[in-house]
Amino acid sequence: MTVPNLVGAGLIVIGAGIGLGKIGGSAMEGIARQPEATGKIQTAMIIIAALLEGLAFGALFLGK
Amino acid sequence: MDQLLNDFSPGLFIIQTFLLLGLIFLMVKFAWKPIMSAIESREEGIKDALASAEEAKKEMQNITADSEKLLKEARAEREGMLKEAKDIKESMIAEAKEQAEAEGSKMIEKAKLTIEAEKKAALEDIKKQVATLSVAVAEKMLKEELADDKKQQKYIEDSLKDIQLN
Amino acid sequence: MRPAFTKYILVVLSVLATQFNFAKEKEEKHADDGGIVDSQEEISEYILHHIKDAHDFHLFSYTNGDGERKHIGFPLPVIVYTSEGLRAFMSSEFHHDDSGHHIVEADGVQLVKYHEKIYELNAGAHAVKFDHETHKPTNAASVLDLSITKSVFGILLVGVLMLLAFGGLAKQYKNDQIPTGFARFLEPLVIYVRDEIARPNIGEKKYKRFTGYLLTVFFFIWILNLFGLTPLGFNVTGQIAVTFCLALFTFLITQFSGTKDYWKHIFWMPGVHPVMKVILAPIEVLGMFTKPFALMVRLFANISAGHIVVMSLIAITFTLKASMGIVGSSLISIVLSFFITLIEVLVAFLQAYIFTMLSALFIGLAVEEHEH
Repeated sequence: MTVPNLVGAGLIVIGAGIGLGKIGGSAMEGIARQPEATGKIQTAMIIIAALLEGLAFGALFLGK
Repeated sequence: MDQLLNDFSPGLFIIQTFLLLGLIFLMVKFAWKPIMSAIESREEGIKDALASAEEAKKEMQNITADSEKLLKEARAEREGMLKEAKDIKESMIAEAKEQAEAEGSKMIEKAKLTIEAEKKAALEDIKKQVATLSVAVAEKMLKEELADDKKQQKYIEDSLKDIQLN
Repeated sequence: MRPAFTKYILVVLSVLATQFNFAKEKEEKHADDGGIVDSQEEISEYILHHIKDAHDFHLFSYTNGDGERKHIGFPLPVIVYTSEGLRAFMSSEFHHDDSGHHIVEADGVQLVKYHEKIYELNAGAHAVKFDHETHKPTNAASVLDLSITKSVFGILLVGVLMLLAFGGLAKQYKNDQIPTGFARFLEPLVIYVRDEIARPNIGEKKYKRFTGYLLTVFFFIWILNLFGLTPLGFNVTGQIAVTFCLALFTFLITQFSGTKDYWKHIFWMPGVHPVMKVILAPIEVLGMFTKPFALMVRLFANISAGHIVVMSLIAITFTLKASMGIVGSSLISIVLSFFITLIEVLVAFLQAYIFTMLSALFIGLAVEEHEH
């Protein structure tokens, strides 16, 4: 692994981390506001998180 | 990416493809189809059972309503009958009363008439008796009075006087 | 070194009861490379070796009284398609060599195993040599490896288990409408996949056609993920070939069940400006491929990363031995790896769920009929 590779990987992880944080935070807010919709919010959260994760992993492996 | 391609084993991929195809085929044939149809038929059964229970409940309600209606009708009929009977009784009593009254008044009338007749008869009788008595008394008195001529004269005169006045 | 190691083994044995997985994987560590793993480089190499496929099934190894390494496990059949045709033999022929030195003669072809890959040596070569730039062998050719490897063994095992378990469940319905025993635990899972994954994502009308595939894939991935957490050390769903195959199935099913609307939305998006249509078409076509690619990479990366993390935490016992002592480093290692293993149990389910869920979502998007 070269230095640019590592920097790139770090950037990807930072980006993915911010994204996941926002998804999780919004989901928590939503659940707090509407506890009866917890199941639906969780499903949507997991799907979006999975899509983001796929993107991040894809980028990581393309750079590896 | 290089690492990813390097790690990729074509042999494993081929085997996995065939095994997964076989697994899907076998699972669908021997597991999922019978499981799904069993679960679905069971769900259908539960739905049917619930529906029929609901229907039975409705029917039960209908029956209850019907019997209530019948009961009401019967009660109304009974009440009507009772009322009728009461009316009849009352009318009968009234009629009897009226009849009795009429009879009574008739009898009273009759009695009155009889009494009147009796009274008349009695009065007639008394009149007769009085007449006889007075005749007898008058006879006696006349006999007594008219024993002397003077007196006889006087009496005739008085009587004549009276007649004249009348 | 040796007395210290014996002492370490005693510590490991004393915690065997509290963390079976931990101790088992540790012992396995000694198995695959044959020797004892102690240094940081050896640990990295061992972990990378573990997440690869293997041609024999090792449970653990130990050093006996005479200082001799003993390997406990069993060999698996090697089936390779070489330039001379198909060759088959047991993996024990390699004598646990993984460095490309032990040559197996199989009817006129010389085969060696190097990092769990089998190469056919050119005439006159004695050991496989690699070009440092391209990492391609200079004096040997790759062969098509159709062996029953550890992963294939795992797939077969899971397939048989699934057939037995769910076939048993199916058979129970013949006698009784309500299953008993273990099947009682399986039935809600089947209903869960149908009602929470297939039905809402594909739609009430068409979900029935795809439940078979989704159920198979869900349980296949989940059980294999869980197997990966046992001391058996499977890493099947962490093999890129396996996840590629799974993603390819989803891709093909999605494309072949796509409605007219689906293709229209890809090549000629309705309701936008014609210039936008031209711009959107290549993006949508790219999206067709990135979706299953993400499916493939996600599962592979999550499971591989999980294995690497668990094994690295177990390896803390070695790496921090010098600074914290055996007891301290073991304690940290046990606590950390125990909790990470718990998380991995969750991840095992989550990844199976996400794979099935996204597959259902993609299929649902393809079979959806729009009303314009």
